[in-house]
Amino acid sequence: MEILNVDNVTINFGGLTAVKDFQLKLLPRELVGLIGPNGAGKTTVFNMITGIYSPTLNKIYFQNIDITGMKPDRIAKLGIARTFQNVRLMENLTVLDNVMIGFHLHLQSNLASAIFKFPGYVQEEENIYQKSIELLRKVDLERCKLEKAGSLPYGQQRKLEIVRALATGPKLLLLDEPAAGMNPQETKELMGFIQKVRDDFDLTILLIEHDMKVVMGICERIIVLNYGVTIAEGNPEDIRRNPEVIKAYLGVEAQYA
Amino acid sequence: MKKQSEKIYTLIALIILVLLVYLAQHRLDAYKLRILNIGAIYVTLGVSLNLIYGFTGQFSLGHAGFMAIGAYVTALLVLPPYYKEIIFILEPLAWPFTVLQAPFIVALFLSGLLAALAAFLIGLPVLRLKGDYLGIATLGFAEIIRIIANNLPHITNGALGIKGIPEYTNLWWTVGVAAVTIYIIKGLIHSSYGRALMAIRENEVAAEVIGINLTYHKVMSFTISAFFAGVAGGLFACLLTTIDPKAFMFVMTFNILAVVVLGGLGSITGTVIAAFLFNFFLEYLRPIEAGFSFGPIKFPPIPGLRMVSFSILLLALILYKQRGLMGGIEFSWRGLFQFINRLLAKKKPTEGSAS
Repeated sequence: MEILNVDNVTINFGGLTAVKDFQLKLLPRELVGLIGPNGAGKTTVFNMITGIYSPTLNKIYFQNIDITGMKPDRIAKLGIARTFQNVRLMENLTVLDNVMIGFHLHLQSNLASAIFKFPGYVQEEENIYQKSIELLRKVDLERCKLEKAGSLPYGQQRKLEIVRALATGPKLLLLDEPAAGMNPQETKELMGFIQKVRDDFDLTILLIEHDMKVVMGICERIIVLNYGVTIAEGNPEDIRRNPEVIKAYLGVEAQYA
Repeated sequence: MKKQSEKIYTLIALIILVLLVYLAQHRLDAYKLRILNIGAIYVTLGVSLNLIYGFTGQFSLGHAGFMAIGAYVTALLVLPPYYKEIIFILEPLAWPFTVLQAPFIVALFLSGLLAALAAFLIGLPVLRLKGDYLGIATLGFAEIIRIIANNLPHITNGALGIKGIPEYTNLWWTVGVAAVTIYIIKGLIHSSYGRALMAIRENEVAAEVIGINLTYHKVMSFTISAFFAGVAGGLFACLLTTIDPKAFMFVMTFNILAVVVLGGLGSITGTVIAAFLFNFFLEYLRPIEAGFSFGPIKFPPIPGLRMVSFSILLLALILYKQRGLMGGIEFSWRGLFQFINRLLAKKKPTEGSAS
């Protein structure tokens, strides 16, 4: 049974149809890539799934719950987390705070017990702290936990954003160009990290990426979008050979890649 | 162990504060006490505005309005019924205010609650706006409150205002309320909810996507901020003993805003220091206005020169300290000891070279 079902959605901005009849079904623990040229509508798909935009036509279901038009924070509570193409961290807060914020949506204590530091809250805060440190350790960011998030190198900021998304306890993780701006070594580490995250946290991952090495290397299934329309879908081998994809996106050389 | 000793330091500091308040209340003349009282009220106002503007990042200019609500509620509650009958000459005071009377502390609390209620109602629609637009909307709200106060003579006595309010406010009250405000707002900031507020300030979209309910958190911050502004308004009424709508013009809001920016957005310590400095300068620059001689050059008395020189001071400060007096840093015992150590360390090398 699928965890996410994007059922033929269409979104218009004024007269422009950004995404048309987009269909996507994700099974639990799948790792799926979404590729396509710039402006194809990939990020728009992400924005619809996370509630930033609401589709003009048809609906999106997450674990059989209709999430169309729901506010982003409610969708996050249901278990969808994402990262952004241009990293969006709380730049003036510490690395540690950036992760701890991710746990806020599951906070049990009420406002008064948080202000006056009742034992129940203090215990909860301690738990959040421990879990955050654990997460930071996984990406090797623990030693700079008290630095400002904005002062980290770009590659580490991307990792931190993934960790923050993980802190919300998602079932589905959407990664928007996780390898952008990373050097080859970092990209290699990232690929391992994404697979490890999927296994450790039992996640379904959908990722947008331009780096074909990443997409072909880790995705089990790939969807190709062009001008808001799905032009191909299949496993990496099929996609690599698909003449339409080559024409629209990969280019001729990719055949030999 | 370390936390323990910090608690002891805090306790000692509080005892010293109580002693200082006691001394000031008994030794200082009325003029100096007035400045200190207003300074302490500005601490409450500034710290509460810092919560919504500095920590939550929502540009609110409605503080004078919330103060006005608090001031009128307190005034109407602490005045004895027979006296209210005498001063309401434009129109008789409307029931139930004619019979209501409450002790000062209850009046202050209710002032805060009513201001908070107003903030809740106005915040729900208005906090959807961002940046300057929110500023204009909240400024408009504050002006509406003032104009309502001007035009509801059977509740507020209109433009005549309310006079003869008992002078309950003293340094115990103002410093006490300021301390409680700091304690609660600091407690809020250093909690998961506080982190959520700062996350909204830093990046609204990201905050929403990681599950922070924007409306709930913004309205919560706005309401708490207004609560303390209302209480400060009540203190203000019982300090000046006279209130009228003109006291709550938008200049009041800008004074508070100046304190917050001067102290540094997002720094409670900075706000506290700036609140007192602001009021000291405003008062001690008065001699300039009276005319003075600078060597052979004689300056004639020019009315308004005080505000001009004050503005120049503000300009200079903002130019050289863009992030405020404290630069966003908070007071901590560790920070203080490090600072002292550094001062001592600077002296040491000279001693070393002498020996």
